[in-house]
Amino acid sequence: MEIERPGDFIYSDTDVDLYEGQAIEELKANSRVPIPDPDEWLDEEIQQNILLTTVDWVLNWGRRSSPWVSLCFPACCAFEFIAAMGPRFDISRFGMEILRASPRQADLMITAGTLTWKHAPNIRRIYNQMAEPKWVIAMGACAVSGGIFRSGYNVVPGYNHIIPVDVYIPGCPPRPESLIQGIQMLQEKIAKRKNFA
Amino acid sequence: MTVALSAKEVAAKLEQQLPSGIIESNEGSILVNSEFLPDIIAFLKTTPEFDFDYLNYITAVDYLDYFELVYQLTSMNHNHSLVIKTRCYGRENPSVPSIVDLFVAANPQEREIYDLMGIRFEGHPNLKRMFLWEGFEGHPQRKDYL
Amino acid sequence: MAIRTEPFVMNMGPVHPSTHGVYRMRLTLDGEVIIDIEPVVGYLHRGIEKLAEERTWTGVIPLTDRLDYISSMSNNLAYVLAVEKLAGIEVPERADYLRVIMAELQRISNHLVAVGSFFNDSGAYYTPFLQMYREREKIVDLFEMVCGQRLTYNYMRIGGVSQDVPDEFIPALYKLLDQLPSAIDTFDTFLKENEILLARAKGVGILPPDMAINSGVTGPVLRGSGVAWDLRKADPYSIYDRFEFDIPTGEAGDSYDRYRIRIEEMRQSLRILNQAVRQLPSGPVKADVPHLIRPPVGDAYAHIEAPKGELGFYVVSDNSISPYRCHIRPTSLLNLAALREMAIGWKIADLVLIFGSIDICLGEVDR
Repeated sequence: MEIERPGDFIYSDTDVDLYEGQAIEELKANSRVPIPDPDEWLDEEIQQNILLTTVDWVLNWGRRSSPWVSLCFPACCAFEFIAAMGPRFDISRFGMEILRASPRQADLMITAGTLTWKHAPNIRRIYNQMAEPKWVIAMGACAVSGGIFRSGYNVVPGYNHIIPVDVYIPGCPPRPESLIQGIQMLQEKIAKRKNFA
Repeated sequence: MTVALSAKEVAAKLEQQLPSGIIESNEGSILVNSEFLPDIIAFLKTTPEFDFDYLNYITAVDYLDYFELVYQLTSMNHNHSLVIKTRCYGRENPSVPSIVDLFVAANPQEREIYDLMGIRFEGHPNLKRMFLWEGFEGHPQRKDYL
Repeated sequence: MAIRTEPFVMNMGPVHPSTHGVYRMRLTLDGEVIIDIEPVVGYLHRGIEKLAEERTWTGVIPLTDRLDYISSMSNNLAYVLAVEKLAGIEVPERADYLRVIMAELQRISNHLVAVGSFFNDSGAYYTPFLQMYREREKIVDLFEMVCGQRLTYNYMRIGGVSQDVPDEFIPALYKLLDQLPSAIDTFDTFLKENEILLARAKGVGILPPDMAINSGVTGPVLRGSGVAWDLRKADPYSIYDRFEFDIPTGEAGDSYDRYRIRIEEMRQSLRILNQAVRQLPSGPVKADVPHLIRPPVGDAYAHIEAPKGELGFYVVSDNSISPYRCHIRPTSLLNLAALREMAIGWKIADLVLIFGSIDICLGEVDR
């Protein structure tokens, strides 16, 4: 039976594919070295020198008590995140009830699933669209290091080749309790943030 | 119980229709010449005695001298099934006729085989890479990739 | 006065709340009406078939967990059935019964997620979903009791299952079989006559039966179009021929029928579970099979009725400790082959609901 493609007269899908393929090859060539983690907050010297004002404290309290998550759900870990939003492990008690699809309204990206080179430019673009301050939690073995699929030809060995990661949660998939512990570690980090340098 | 038809009997019936199509047949499967593949499958689909209306899967295996394509057909009315195999030789540009006109289910599977194994399907309306991006070099599922 | 319009192309991107994963569609629209869909897949292509050639026969089982990650037990079952067919291994009876119990519990758990997501897509944001998740947590508790994992179980082995169930499993299963029917009846009763659901799902996304068979569609989508083809009855594997159950079919082939079939299949699965747990014999749970198994040279294909459709594995062996080729029949990719036929002519909001009623999992599409 004939398969007609009425979309042909508007755009040429092969051109779009070639353009996107070039973007992927470019990103792959530039991402060989992982981005260093933003973990200066753990440094002993800086810790002793931080003096938080009341304004800082209130701002940090507001930011850590209701992080809104941006959608980034490639694979299996997504289901443990959805279970964490479910009735038993309720993360809306931590203020994370809202799962907005729009990255402009989000300040936390929980990357739940394997990242492939084909998807990597999209994740980079979504990360760039989030407004400062923003944080990233790498959830699961595939997000930390590529996991069980590390030797695949299409798999990025860890999200930190593309975006800077704040908290790493191991597990395949991590239990919702692990995820909640990771979120609480991130809340400790946000509590020590100096807003007006 | 889905009966796996005896390939030898089916091959004997097919010999009467298309004498040069069948190469050999053993108990499990029929090996056909790749040029006559669409005719054989069309015959198996339209003859009421066989009535194969459902394509289970198409897959390709890389034995280093040749590529072997495996098709399995099932008839839901008679509840029997058959396996057909065909080979294509050459590593540079192997090609096989496409059966997209007969089964819409073949469309994504043939694109996948082109993407991962490099076998071209003549007559496919949209043969381009599906899982990997345009500009990816090589065909990963082959045995000599990496 | 007529307004001149032009069709335009819109991207329904890989990161989208309604596409059940990283699935991308380029829609050609005339206003809001869809005139063409071009799907783009491969955003989760991890190369499982290639990775399987580097691992041992038993080591492929954790990889198969991650295919259709909502129903891992079924994926494991399909793979070990294929290898057992190739190597000619007989499975002890207790292992067969345990496999059927796990597969049917997995079917109920999968359909709970599918129906919950279907209602999420139709606008009932979160209340039916949370209700179904409450029941699913009870089933996941049972799985955790058996194999220690909540999502990717790695439970089946070549020749049986990996370990026997603990003592508290059977009483917990009986308790669940008492609680589940009334829970399913509760949400079925208050959801099936809902006028918003009827307006949005009845008559929408009709798939004629001959187009369904030709496109390779299987599972609840095929049965929704009226074709009574279920591999548990047509080509029984394991010990399914010992149980009595019915196969629900639909008439119209629309999204509402596919939803009704999933609810009915859950009830039939409870029927099978009731029979299986009462007939459970004692004995070994794994045949005496070496860990580094070497099947003889040849190939085999085994398929099962997974919750989403026909899942099959085609394995080729050359008498070594790794598979030579392990191909997976992609259930969800072929279910999507009919999406274009089902969705052209409807609006974008209808497309979301039609897509949700097919119930795909991207791990299977992309492998």
